[in-house]
Amino acid sequence: MSLNLPLSPETLLGHSPYARQIGMKLALVDNELRFSLPFHEHNIGNDQLPALHGGLIGGFMEMAAIMHLLWIRESSTIPRTVDFSIDYLRPGLARELFADCSVTKHGQQIANVQVSVWQESPDKPVAVARAHFLLD
Amino acid sequence: MSLPLPVKNLELFNDIAQWLCQLPHSRILQLEFIQGERGRATMRLPYQERLVGDSRSGVLHGGVITTLIDNTSALSIFSLLEEPCGYPTLDLRIDYLRPATPCVAVYCTAECYRMGREIAFTRATAYQEGHAQPVAYGVATFMRRRSFKGEPAPLGASA
Repeated sequence: MSLNLPLSPETLLGHSPYARQIGMKLALVDNELRFSLPFHEHNIGNDQLPALHGGLIGGFMEMAAIMHLLWIRESSTIPRTVDFSIDYLRPGLARELFADCSVTKHGQQIANVQVSVWQESPDKPVAVARAHFLLD
Repeated sequence: MSLPLPVKNLELFNDIAQWLCQLPHSRILQLEFIQGERGRATMRLPYQERLVGDSRSGVLHGGVITTLIDNTSALSIFSLLEEPCGYPTLDLRIDYLRPATPCVAVYCTAECYRMGREIAFTRATAYQEGHAQPVAYGVATFMRRRSFKGEPAPLGASA
């Protein structure tokens, strides 16, 4: 599926100043793209807990969903986000955050993607989101 | 929308506005507080190349708009509060109406349209000067934190 791709984790990140700014990491594990966000002080949105910024968590999730779509579709045209809905379940603590993406529906025009982010274990999500993307 | 009144507790509101702009992640975005009145708040996000989602288009990443909307929505709640209280975000939905035009700042005005005993409901518009069509709409709910360990802390923007 992912052989002869024009896309590599490096190219994906190379295109996105925002992803680099927040410090997002991509890795290929068993030929699947894995997303992580190592802790950076500049991602703090609540200096009293401390906790990651909720908006940043949303941004990381949206970026992960976009990259996941680019990867599985072997496309370099960025899908356009139509809407993005996020439920915050736990504080994102001052440590690494991981994202899992799955495509619920991959239609001709629209893809529906679910994203879950977690720290301690995948069954304790920090936030879950679903998004619609307009495909080219 | 009723006629504008001043925020309920100006000192608290200004503290929170300043706090929301000085958070590490807000400083990365260079978020600025613009104004507030009872039930409403406005913030501004200057255009910055390092916040672009796809360098080929120059359009700001959606995540930046999410942060702007989250912060401004939280701030609108504090325009209605007499006393400090924690209000973490429960959920947030963003509808992207059009890509933000590159090299132009994005404003966000948020309104807390229902202040319940435990839940605050907000709606927000992200827009750019000179463009009639907004960039995004955001609807969110926030939960009033019942108790804190130690001092009541003005937790606003994050879960």
